[in-house]
Amino acid sequence: MTKKKTHIKGFFKALPKNIFSGFVVSLIALPLGLGLAMASNAPPIAGVIAAVVGGVVVSVLGGSHVTISGPGNGLVGVILVAVATLGLNGTYAAIICSGALLTLLGFLRMGKLADFFPSSAIQGMLAAIGLIILGKQFHIMMGNEMKLAGSVEYLIAIPSTIIGAFSYDNSGFTYAATAGILALAIMVFYPKIRNKYFHLVPAPMWIVLLSIGFSYFYELVLKQPHPVDPSYMISEIPTGAQIISDIPKPDFSLVNSFGFWGSVLAITLIASIESLLSIKAVDQLDPQKRRSNVNRDLKALGIATVGSGFLGGLNVVAVIARSSVNVNNGGSNRSSNFAHAFFLVIFILLFSTQLTRIPLPALMAILVYTGYKLASPRNIAKIFKIGKEQLIIFSTTLLVTLFVGLISGILAGVFMTFFIHVMINKDLELFIKNWSKPNVLMFKEKRGDQSYYIHVKHYCTFLNFYKLKEKLNAIPETKDAVLDLSLCEFVDHTVMENLSAYQEVFHKRGGHLEIIGLDLHGTDSEHPFALRRLIPGIPFLTDNLTKRQITLEEIAKDYSLNYEADVKDDTEVLDNFRYFRTKRIEKVYNRLFNKDHSFSVFDIHYSEGEFIAKEDVRTTMIHIKLNHHIPEFTLDREGFMERLYSIAGYDDIPIDNHSDFSKRFYLLGDEPKMVQNYFNDDLVRFFESNSYYHVESDGNSLLIFRSQRTAGVKEIKKLIAFGERLAEIVLREEGLYI
Amino acid sequence: MSDTPFKNIAIGIAFSPTLEANVSEAARLTCMMGAKLSLIHVGKGNADKKQLIDTFIGNCGQEQLSYEVIFKEGDPVEVILETVKKRNIDLLLLGALKKENFVKFYLGSIARKITRKAICSVLLITNPRVERKSCKNMVVSGLKGAHTKRTIETAFFVAHRLGSNQLTIVEEIERQKVSIKVDDDQSLRKANLLQEKLKRQEETRVRRILSHIPEEHKKDIHIETQAIFGQRGYSIGHYAEIVRADLLVMNAPQKSSLLHRFFPHDLEHILNELPTDVLIIR
Repeated sequence: MTKKKTHIKGFFKALPKNIFSGFVVSLIALPLGLGLAMASNAPPIAGVIAAVVGGVVVSVLGGSHVTISGPGNGLVGVILVAVATLGLNGTYAAIICSGALLTLLGFLRMGKLADFFPSSAIQGMLAAIGLIILGKQFHIMMGNEMKLAGSVEYLIAIPSTIIGAFSYDNSGFTYAATAGILALAIMVFYPKIRNKYFHLVPAPMWIVLLSIGFSYFYELVLKQPHPVDPSYMISEIPTGAQIISDIPKPDFSLVNSFGFWGSVLAITLIASIESLLSIKAVDQLDPQKRRSNVNRDLKALGIATVGSGFLGGLNVVAVIARSSVNVNNGGSNRSSNFAHAFFLVIFILLFSTQLTRIPLPALMAILVYTGYKLASPRNIAKIFKIGKEQLIIFSTTLLVTLFVGLISGILAGVFMTFFIHVMINKDLELFIKNWSKPNVLMFKEKRGDQSYYIHVKHYCTFLNFYKLKEKLNAIPETKDAVLDLSLCEFVDHTVMENLSAYQEVFHKRGGHLEIIGLDLHGTDSEHPFALRRLIPGIPFLTDNLTKRQITLEEIAKDYSLNYEADVKDDTEVLDNFRYFRTKRIEKVYNRLFNKDHSFSVFDIHYSEGEFIAKEDVRTTMIHIKLNHHIPEFTLDREGFMERLYSIAGYDDIPIDNHSDFSKRFYLLGDEPKMVQNYFNDDLVRFFESNSYYHVESDGNSLLIFRSQRTAGVKEIKKLIAFGERLAEIVLREEGLYI
Repeated sequence: MSDTPFKNIAIGIAFSPTLEANVSEAARLTCMMGAKLSLIHVGKGNADKKQLIDTFIGNCGQEQLSYEVIFKEGDPVEVILETVKKRNIDLLLLGALKKENFVKFYLGSIARKITRKAICSVLLITNPRVERKSCKNMVVSGLKGAHTKRTIETAFFVAHRLGSNQLTIVEEIERQKVSIKVDDDQSLRKANLLQEKLKRQEETRVRRILSHIPEEHKKDIHIETQAIFGQRGYSIGHYAEIVRADLLVMNAPQKSSLLHRFFPHDLEHILNELPTDVLIIR
């Protein structure tokens, strides 16, 4: 009972933050919803309906914590085909059926379905979807809408559209293209501009706001009609009352046709894969490291899809980009998903007429960017690094998906993978004979530290990974586990990739998953596979130092520090800082450190969010290890951002007698009393008299940095000086403090 | 429990390159058990063959062994099973074959048939040697069943006689028993609690059986229990393989029908992939 009470109390305490993050998410969800629906040849409002129904139903029934549900970009391709063959009302019927199927999958506990697809094949499919979106929307973005037979034709026509864009007869088209290119520029350069005020509004919303602003500028100031051709403006958005009165009637007359069920299957397949992958990825972003109930989420998504289909909306899936924005803005439970739906309703009710002021190309630019992110050449390069055979699987899936269809594409990928595995091992029997065998053994060791021990025999590939996964899931991530693959003749890339994700989860929750027994595989000529490449980090080239690195070396000499340019994988010391709770550290490099590593300056590359919301940040930090305990705190310059956060439930800790300090600095901490005691006159004066840095303590060490970009040589010197003086004061304090 | 569970031991022999190793193993084992040995050869007998066997037995230095060579023609499976019945054999030794180029062993079709149909205990020998390799580490299946008590008792007898110093009783906890499906943190916690409970139950059951084992047999043997999670029958073989057990002792299944060959269970898994020497108690 008391447990429940604290639970409810915690919920209400977190509610303001969740409402806030739901609001930010709705800013992205609105333009994305409109765009995705239009890209699928459905009325724009269909996307918003899906997001609203999804937000309400999944937040109530779902089993995940911080995922946001709504229309998904993966589905654009299949729904496009469905609309073309079944008509709009037939598509709604197909969506309803796929929702029912999805619910069924949830009840059948088929959450593991996604495990049966090799990861390179999934990558290939996603890239194909990206190309389909990009190919079609690119022309609209450039003000050259056209109707072509297949997705490949759209891609081929891209160069001619670019050339044609310089010679439109109608200036309305030229303006349309300009709007599109400007919007694309916003999407591309948004992550590169690191200004917190600018980042308060997500990039897609900037596009919406600027478009509406321009439109009013023309109407009110210039008193001219909107320059963009009217056919390139968003078509009528129905008002709330109209949505209810105009609910489409799903047309089930095609239920007996082959094409109908083909579409239903394709939609269900993509919807489930997209949702499952998103849930998996978002679980890794969750700062509280909770485990989502995948099957429950599938059921909820299915029910939401049925509802959305009846109301004239698209499929509801779990989406990664919006979820990651949710996490980054402090969303901590499903109420943020509900809030996002709520704000969408408000937007539609209040601003539905304003939305028609947005030029279509601007909206499509968002989708072009999304498509590009899915099919980005960087992804392909990454796959190539893993192995040539992965590239074969990837391109088979990609090409078959583009030329034939999604289901054929993913099946081709699966068969190709299997074929390659058989070819590499030159042994078909190994796979067929041992497939049904329960090849995974788990027990808790009685000796030593009682860790879990898992042993896998024969082979471990995407075909039978679910067996291993079942066992891994049954281990609490806070415990230690050993996975022995020494009797496995073959381990494929899908498994290696998934295992490294498991390792990360174990690591973040305080446990440890060790994979042993693969050392021999590398030297065995029969296994020239991605095995060795995935476990250790990719080596970093050190023989070719840049100018900055050479200067860093000199600085190191000046301050009598050691310098190492290469990448360090072990970033454990940083994991405890509040700052990194929702961020993923990619690498630490260019390190300057003293003898006992208690003082180190380093460049760090970390990322925040996933997918289109992913932002890569490279900056320079100082880490100072202390020999004594100090309270945990975070100190930064006071600003607009912080005021906003304080509305959402974070409290600034005031320091008595130093109102100036409190006004200028923003101080956070879990135990305000301890922090208040710790910040004595000396320390406060030091901070007041020096320039602003972000200073954070995790109890045993300090982390100091300033900007969210790599520091120049001068800045590093300043940073070191600041760090050294702060360390001095903190050390001096130790005497007083005890 | 009778003084010795194995009084009459038999081995089926063929005149193959492994004959000497097979005969030596059988002779040694019979001596250690204090039993009588019958060597069954399906086929015509002659003085040369008998002579050869006598030499092999003489070579391995088990002079006090009482043994008998039986030559009989007919279908190998039937002949052996018949002899087992007629002569009151209570332990039958069968040699496994080694797969080419692999360190894996498998059972020939004849040996398989015999194992399925035999009414006595069967010892499957994977790697017969002329020189003795001591059997140090034994793994015993503690799977709940009507014969478990007898199996464990016999295992201790064998361990005592063979001078093993490590005996692990394995309790297999079936997946079906852990009825809670792991979906999220909460169900994971519940499932783990249930697992712990099942483990404790199994442990008490095995402890109770252990308390009935004569002290003499338990002397100098390090006894351990281990709960494992996996598929019944299969996983214990897997376990024996990774702890590098020298002998795996397990119950015979209640029955083995044709259906079981297609949906392998307990014994069939073991027959498919012999992890080590296996003693099947009937």
